[in-house]
Amino acid sequence: MAAIRIPPTLRAEVGGVRQLEAHGETVADVLDDLVERHPALGPQLLADGELAPFVNVFVGGEDIRTLDGTETAVRNGDSLILLPAMAGGA
Amino acid sequence: MRRTLAPSLLDLVGSTPLVELPRLSPKPSVRLYAKLEGQNPTGSLKDRVAKAMIASAEASGELEPGRRLLEPTSGNTGISLALVAKLRGYPLTCVMPASVTEERPRLLQLYGAEIVESPAEEGSNGAVRLALELAERDPGWFMPFQYANEANPRAHYEGTGAEIAADLERVDVLVAGLGTGGTLMGAGERLRESFPELVVAAAEPLPGDEVMGLRSLSDGYVPPVLDVSKLDRKLLVSNEESVAGVRLLLEREGVFGGVSSGAVVHAARRLADELDEGVVVCVLADGGWKYLSAGFWDADDVDAAMERSVWW
Repeated sequence: MAAIRIPPTLRAEVGGVRQLEAHGETVADVLDDLVERHPALGPQLLADGELAPFVNVFVGGEDIRTLDGTETAVRNGDSLILLPAMAGGA
Repeated sequence: MRRTLAPSLLDLVGSTPLVELPRLSPKPSVRLYAKLEGQNPTGSLKDRVAKAMIASAEASGELEPGRRLLEPTSGNTGISLALVAKLRGYPLTCVMPASVTEERPRLLQLYGAEIVESPAEEGSNGAVRLALELAERDPGWFMPFQYANEANPRAHYEGTGAEIAADLERVDVLVAGLGTGGTLMGAGERLRESFPELVVAAAEPLPGDEVMGLRSLSDGYVPPVLDVSKLDRKLLVSNEESVAGVRLLLEREGVFGGVSSGAVVHAARRLADELDEGVVVCVLADGGWKYLSAGFWDADDVDAAMERSVWW
């Protein structure tokens, strides 16, 4: 079981909540489980079965793109954070 | 070497000091160093970028004398461009989220720049979007556009990265804040040439809900300058952790850094902890001066106090 923080942009798709839970041993499994429960998230999070380019997923505070991508392991009790890609302040 | 007599303030950009932070290293076998970019003429590492972008546009003939400049910025790049624009004779307009600390528009106005506010709730993406729209509508603008300008990472390749490589015989980890990606790409590439095993690590802000109000995820933005595949680590740092880092820097080492410097130090200590021994270099983008008006210094709930603003 992993806790997933939902960004404001996606809360309408999940009934307005800020955090959800989902199961899975990898990020891909967790996202599949999440999309199964909330199908409206699918087109936002995934593009051609891959993570959409403007979505960042963090496990334990680290971007999965610098870990093992969607194959990054998720342990019981891990927190996932979904964020839109943003222009950094500069 | 920093010269003591300079023909112009622009000649004092770069060659910033590198200082060791022994009291912040989690273990004696890991040495922690900080590049003090707040010591640039306007107080941030963006002086390097502004100077390089204008010099390169002048050299290519793209920027003619007297042309009007436009740039989306959360503050530092605007202030740096304001200095360069003044000395080189260009009027400047900055597009800035309405949600920045009051020092930034104040400083810009004192330098003589115009400000166009973008909606607070759209954060930095909103400033980028609005600036692109304005430039599209009026070809009279010249937009250096730090998010896509190769002179941005090049300034850090030739400057920041080369300076660190000249100062240290070994670097294992480079940590910098993620904004446009210019520092990480440029300094990272240069340092990797000298130290092939280098880990390039980004500290990324966890934005408050209030400044994340994109309509949908497809409105997201990845700066063209940034190639995430060239980052080895990308760590999310909360506002609360950033401020804890700012306080630690000040209390233990007497370094007064900005919010992103606190985030970089937080990430650097985490990465240093993973090493048995080695050298970690932090790029501290600016000093704390432009954040003094912010309410987080004595707030009970730091995250809540910071939720509504863009910090870096």
